[in-house]
Amino acid sequence: MRNKVFDSFEEAIADIPDGASICMEAWGVAAVPNNLIAALRKTGVKDLTVITACFVPQVMPEQAFNFPTVLLPQMKKLIAGVVGIQRLGAGAFVKEYVEKGLEVELTSHGMLATRLYAGAVGLGGIYEPVGLGTILEEGKEKRVIDGQEYIFQKPIRADYAFINAYRADKLGNLVYRGVYRGNQPAMAMASKVTIVEVENEIVEPGGIDPEQVVTPGIFVDRIVKVPEDGLGTLQKQKETIYMIGEIEDARKLMFRR
Amino acid sequence: MKQRLDRDTIAMRAAKELKDGDCVNLGFGLPTLCALYVPEGVRFETEAGLLGYGRLVMADEADQADWHYIDASGRFCTPAPGMAIFDVVTSFCMIRSGRLISIMGGFQVSEKGDLANWNTGGDALGGTIGGSMDLAVGSKKVIITMDHTTKDGKYRIVNKCTYPLTARDAVDLVITDLAVIEVTPEGLVLKEVAPGWTAEEIQELTEPRLIIPPDLREVEL
Repeated sequence: MRNKVFDSFEEAIADIPDGASICMEAWGVAAVPNNLIAALRKTGVKDLTVITACFVPQVMPEQAFNFPTVLLPQMKKLIAGVVGIQRLGAGAFVKEYVEKGLEVELTSHGMLATRLYAGAVGLGGIYEPVGLGTILEEGKEKRVIDGQEYIFQKPIRADYAFINAYRADKLGNLVYRGVYRGNQPAMAMASKVTIVEVENEIVEPGGIDPEQVVTPGIFVDRIVKVPEDGLGTLQKQKETIYMIGEIEDARKLMFRR
Repeated sequence: MKQRLDRDTIAMRAAKELKDGDCVNLGFGLPTLCALYVPEGVRFETEAGLLGYGRLVMADEADQADWHYIDASGRFCTPAPGMAIFDVVTSFCMIRSGRLISIMGGFQVSEKGDLANWNTGGDALGGTIGGSMDLAVGSKKVIITMDHTTKDGKYRIVNKCTYPLTARDAVDLVITDLAVIEVTPEGLVLKEVAPGWTAEEIQELTEPRLIIPPDLREVEL
């Protein structure tokens, strides 16, 4: 049996070259593969294409989480459904990155999902009914099929996927938790090399009920257990929630009255 | 200065559109306030992949908060009996299937029901499309909650949207801090006005000609 378990995040990402495309999920704090991102940040790798759901400012302490935005200095292109970086000042984002060559491809959450799935299942393209009359149709071929207009969209296939899974077995079968699942099943399948950081535990084959498996291990190449003092752990999550609870403005934003 | 409806009232009025058995997606911001006022049996869907999540976590229950269960506004929610967890592909199968009611915020709505709610035209690269386009196109009913005018009194209900579009012909009902307006093939019908406001006053703050029905009444909760 091929050994998929790596001892460190650094080793798991060691062969990622300049110009690589990487999918990584992000719903604010949720689902982010913090440790793989942190490890990638330490390398000199550049000209990356990052594909994610929500590209939002790093508002959480970096000792606890590393959002995809920390990779900005190393990026050449971004594909995202939510580019929330304007809270840092859209002007700054445009001046510091976009005007210096960062390519930004906006998409909708639904279209990101369908394009990833299309990439995973080997399609040449898809016809989308969403985006008609909006910026998402600019420069794209349109076609009328059975009286309904559609916009041609290309699939998304990536070189790498960074996945944050809850539990894994040594064959790479993955279980997720709550909204952390997100686009990760599609990302794992749409990428050539899938690298997983595991929040809870890595077990022997047999340790996961086959009915529970969401991503079959055949799609998974490298697995790393997040250590106790790693980023994004349950402990770090609880500390941040406590911290938010203590700040009145944040508390109003995050919690019901 | 006459009173406009406050955020909670708008949320309550929007929640009135829902009934037992409805599955609803609540957009970022004011719409998530509707969760406080919905009737029994309404279930919430969040595009990240939860259907039928439970109530939101209170500030003094922070130990129950879990980043694995959050709604569209990033607020913590609790699991509930009958909840389903799924991936985003499945989520958008749901969203585009005409099985959900969508309540979203809006920047502009046109006479035809075109919706602009992801960008005010300043900088497309700082925009947040998110699930708005999918929800606008795919929902059973699209309810938009919004301010009736901009802060400097300009129209938000317009002949033609000037902000980048979210979708064409998408909106069914608009609930503002002044009125409830239904989008119909004949045009915009003024259904309800905020207490103390007249149809003429609302028309002055609305660019397209409103249809005033004989049963026009004040907003009731």
